[in-house]
Amino acid sequence: MSQRGETWSRFRQHRAALISTGVLALMLGTCLLTLPWSVAGMRIQQLDQARGAPSREHPLGTDEVGRSVLWRTLYGGAISLSLGLLAAGIAVLIGTTYGALAGYRGGRCDEIMMRVVDVLYALPTLLLVMLFTVSVGTWLERAHLLSREPARLLVLALAIGGVSWLTMARVVRGQVLSLREQPFIEAARALGLPTRRILLRHILPNLVAPITVFATLTVPQAILQESFLSFLGVGVQPPQATWGSLAADGVRLLNPVRFDWWLVVFPCAALSVTLLALNFVGDGLRDAFDVRGKRAPR
Amino acid sequence: MLRFTLRRLLTFPLLLFVIYAVAVLLIMAAPGEGLESGEKELPPEVLAAKRAAYNYDQPWWQRYFWTWPKRLIWDRDLPAHQYEDWTVVEIMRSSLPVSLQLGLLALSLAVLLGIGGGVAAVAFRGRILEHISVGLCLIGISLPTFVIGTILLIMVALWLDAVPVGGWGRSSQAILPAITLALPYAAYIARLTRSALLDAYNEDYIRTARAKGLSETRVLLDHALRNALLPVLSYLGPAAAAIFTGSFVVEKIFTIPGMGTHVVESINNRDQSLILATVMVYAVLLASFNLAVDLLYGVVDPRIRVGARPT
Repeated sequence: MSQRGETWSRFRQHRAALISTGVLALMLGTCLLTLPWSVAGMRIQQLDQARGAPSREHPLGTDEVGRSVLWRTLYGGAISLSLGLLAAGIAVLIGTTYGALAGYRGGRCDEIMMRVVDVLYALPTLLLVMLFTVSVGTWLERAHLLSREPARLLVLALAIGGVSWLTMARVVRGQVLSLREQPFIEAARALGLPTRRILLRHILPNLVAPITVFATLTVPQAILQESFLSFLGVGVQPPQATWGSLAADGVRLLNPVRFDWWLVVFPCAALSVTLLALNFVGDGLRDAFDVRGKRAPR
Repeated sequence: MLRFTLRRLLTFPLLLFVIYAVAVLLIMAAPGEGLESGEKELPPEVLAAKRAAYNYDQPWWQRYFWTWPKRLIWDRDLPAHQYEDWTVVEIMRSSLPVSLQLGLLALSLAVLLGIGGGVAAVAFRGRILEHISVGLCLIGISLPTFVIGTILLIMVALWLDAVPVGGWGRSSQAILPAITLALPYAAYIARLTRSALLDAYNEDYIRTARAKGLSETRVLLDHALRNALLPVLSYLGPAAAAIFTGSFVVEKIFTIPGMGTHVVESINNRDQSLILATVMVYAVLLASFNLAVDLLYGVVDPRIRVGARPT
């Protein structure tokens, strides 16, 4: 069987991962396909119906200013997912470049670069992300480069991606370290190919497996990270919404006298299902690609 | 080992300087001194006096790299912008211990619960306890802490009336926040422990231990667990970083008078002296914690000589 076919058949054996892939496709499809309606729907306020329980008109209830939780959850999903993907993409870009360079150069350079990663692991990242979001966000806004809402989202993705690349760099560096001793890389070097070309054309294709796995596992991390920022009040700003910010807003309104559960339950359910699914798919891919070398026996 | 320790100690100040420089850079990226905010416009003399109090009349390099560090560390009279009667040191002294207590409590809880859960999942393979352990892990990784915290708060503190709703000082007030903060990391540590234990079961030394006729419990606890602890140990550094800063979220839910509110407000209000001080306090804290973990790593596993040249 071809290598790809083997990988696929191993992935299929991982039942949770297979189901999760379907769930993710469904979630992403629903959020994206309803976007044309949800963009407008999530902003419509009906103050006379504020904090209404789920009804026929509003299947998932309404929030404190009478906006439909259904539209806001769908729209928030699209933003959460794209933010997660964007942040993961940034993390992959930085991590792969950094790790590949460290691994390929080797020796003293590798040692220093990896020490830097060790050190960065222990930074108060949440603090730096908050500082970065507010500072650079304000700067972009004042410089009139972008209007407020897209600027905020871009800066959030940059900040979260900018602190999530460390594991990626470590994994890629390990792979490159063993790849560069392989005969085909030696052959490429003997042919006199420039380093750039060797890295891009010969090493990178062999890194697809670990990159895919860790990108998949970074997306849920990024979505969670954003939800913390929203809860602390430095994430997306209303009327923008993500699953995290919706849950954070709902949680703030919860109290035993007015227990408006629908404000929390629906965004949280969407968030948790997606995070779980992403984690399962990541685990399934890891087993299928056999990234860690050996699989846990049962 | 000695050389490694020395080298780590020498890079320590360099690291702190780089972090400080990055924080200064980020602060200067957005203009504003955080003094003008307020409903009324300040008279020019007042503004000038305020700016002088914070040394904004000095050039930036002198302010950030000489006057402020000096006033913060030696004179200890650097005021925070929004609480003008308070020096930064006083604010830290009243709120940092609270955050540290909560963080350390949560960290120990995460390690205990995590290792316990991982061991339980392996010891009771295929039985109900494994499913409970794995299920709790899934909740831990898939729900944001503020949701877990609020649900716990409403159920345990309000409906059952078992513990106080918030605040800090009594041990009953620490239970819920510590559990909330620990849960996601306990889940991750449990996963680490479980997969490391399962990996260890494939090794020859476990077969040897079993062949010697040791009980399954001793094989698990004495032989497999010892090696499975290494990945957990190396995760402690990142976990500490995440828990100590993650406590901001938990403090907000349970209204705990820790660093959280100061951090968020200082960043939102561009309260520069307080921002720089908090970033540095957390940098020093986490960097020294990480150094300790690295040194411990060499002690626990004599096979590993950290800092040895890669061959």
